[in-house]
Amino acid sequence: MTTTTLPRPDTAAGDRPEPVLSVRDLRTAFKTSHGIVRAVSGVSLDVYPGECLGVVGESGSGKSVTFASVMGLVKKPGWVEDGEILYRGRDLTRLSDRELRALRGKDIAMTMQDALTALNPALTVGEQILEVLRAHADDLPRGRAGRAEARRRAVEMLDLVGIPSPADRLNEYPHQFSGGMRQRIMIAIALACRPRLLIADEPTTALDVTIQAQVLELIADIRARLGMSVVLITHDLGVVAEHCDRVVVMYAGQVVETGPTRAVISDPKHPYTQGLLDSIPRLSDLSHPIRPIQGQVPELIDLPPECRFIGRCPKRTPDCRTGIDMRPAGPGRAARCILVGEETEA
Amino acid sequence: MTLGKFIERLAQLVPVLLGVSLIVFLMMSLTPGDPVEIMLGDQHVTPEQEQALRHDLGLDRPPHERFLVFIGNALQGDFGTSFYHRRPVGEVIAERLPATIELTLVAMILALVTAIPLGVLAAVKKSTIFDKASTVGSLLGVSMPHFWFGILLLMLFAVHLHWLPVAGRIDYEYQVEPITHLLLVDSLLRGNIAAFGNALSHIILPALTLGLAMGAILMRVTRTSMLEVMRADYVRFAEAKGLARHRILFRHALKNALIPTVTVAALETGTLLGGNMIVETIFGWPGLGRLVVESIFQRNYPLVQAAVLFYAVTYVMLNFLADILYTILNPRVKL
Repeated sequence: MTTTTLPRPDTAAGDRPEPVLSVRDLRTAFKTSHGIVRAVSGVSLDVYPGECLGVVGESGSGKSVTFASVMGLVKKPGWVEDGEILYRGRDLTRLSDRELRALRGKDIAMTMQDALTALNPALTVGEQILEVLRAHADDLPRGRAGRAEARRRAVEMLDLVGIPSPADRLNEYPHQFSGGMRQRIMIAIALACRPRLLIADEPTTALDVTIQAQVLELIADIRARLGMSVVLITHDLGVVAEHCDRVVVMYAGQVVETGPTRAVISDPKHPYTQGLLDSIPRLSDLSHPIRPIQGQVPELIDLPPECRFIGRCPKRTPDCRTGIDMRPAGPGRAARCILVGEETEA
Repeated sequence: MTLGKFIERLAQLVPVLLGVSLIVFLMMSLTPGDPVEIMLGDQHVTPEQEQALRHDLGLDRPPHERFLVFIGNALQGDFGTSFYHRRPVGEVIAERLPATIELTLVAMILALVTAIPLGVLAAVKKSTIFDKASTVGSLLGVSMPHFWFGILLLMLFAVHLHWLPVAGRIDYEYQVEPITHLLLVDSLLRGNIAAFGNALSHIILPALTLGLAMGAILMRVTRTSMLEVMRADYVRFAEAKGLARHRILFRHALKNALIPTVTVAALETGTLLGGNMIVETIFGWPGLGRLVVESIFQRNYPLVQAAVLFYAVTYVMLNFLADILYTILNPRVKL
């Protein structure tokens, strides 16, 4: 398997192609017994054709909810309050259920964290891959010819993700496969209709380290072959460093830093990104101490306008109380910190 | 599974049946009342005649001896002679069994076809008026005793409104040549629509009474397991695949949600057997349940003994059936 590195669309804003997905000021909330939780408050991000975008943050940072909103999968008691989700120019928040359903699984596909729970234990693998083909493939002929063609595509897809003798295994149930194979099957199902955008939600969290690498390689390989864009949601900056062209760092429902992966990792602008990098153990330098970020993510109910990282920030100043918007921080980069401007001035 | 497991189940039956026989025998022996006195009633007989009858029925022997004789005969397939009918017990039971099977089946079907859709609907419309009403309804269904609900139905639909008959299985003017001995099936097979309608009108109220509690329980089970399944990752993944709502609901969610429902249904069928005795008595249904009740009053020991054994075998077999259904619905489990 080879990983093709695509041109990185991150230099200057002017010569970028149109984004496949453009999220603008998205706000998603959940009603709870303690009050309204604003899980996503004003998130904006772009995904460009063919790129791999890493979305990083701790649990509760809003990264999964952001993309559940994109997929239209936010369920009561949650709802998308405000904002635009533009997929190739169409605002998904304005589509009917039916229109959204036609898009889901066909244009935008998603994989879940754990294939063991994402695959239905009571249905065969073949049925689970064929049903998505049948739901979306308008080009399939009717009747027997259509069924044969769908089957051919299912086998082809399972072959593409590296399932040995796929035709024989269509009638087996998920529990008859190993963990790594199940992950591959889930990816095959997500990719069955050749989507333009794959949202991979924590694709490696549930896997052994050796299988993690295989699955990421597989996603990278298929991305290159199908020319699709990938959003990799993860809390692992190591995964981002290795596989993503650009990165979006999220904290407490907001984007706090964004930019080309290499630049962000070598010179983080936001204290939170800095903290995330410091908390990664380094095998190359065992004397380097691991410095975890102190404190907890704030509760997302009735937050004051101040910077959300203020309680945990080692560099906080009295000015942080007023809150802050994203500020440009170099080519293709931005960060939500008042120190960003001051640094450049200094 | 299959043959080996089946034999294992049959072997498990042996201690169950021995225990059940002993308990029933003890209870019947300890219950006051003498079958001979009941049989003779007001007739004037000499003590010698009475003694002869007692000897005939084997009742002059001590209880432990009677028990051993019963077990010995039962092992050879002979369950004795019914005191009242003066015919082999097996024959009497076989005559009454089809009516009970028919009533139980119709009650079960009624329970399943109403409980599963209502349970799914209550889960889908969770926390709405419909869900709350169905919760109250099922609570009522579980807590209303058969005899009370049955009599209410009887008074309303039979006595007051005259819509449905009061008792019996079919009116005398209808003759249906038996094939399966299930009147509803036979009348259809013979093409006798009038008899079918008449039999149906007789079975509705008892089947409703009998199936009510089971339906209420099944509805709760379906609702709960459906709610649990709809939160599962695979349902979310199915949504992310852009599948139609009915496919997600019925193929992905319901197939998994039915696993507990079917298991409970098979077990609940066992309790229907007990409910039969009350319902058949209320509605004058000529089935096994009423026969057992009558036989208890008559102190018809051999018949009660055999019928209870039959119930025990049926109950164990239903448990076995529940296990088989469970493996069919849940491919992860092998018996």
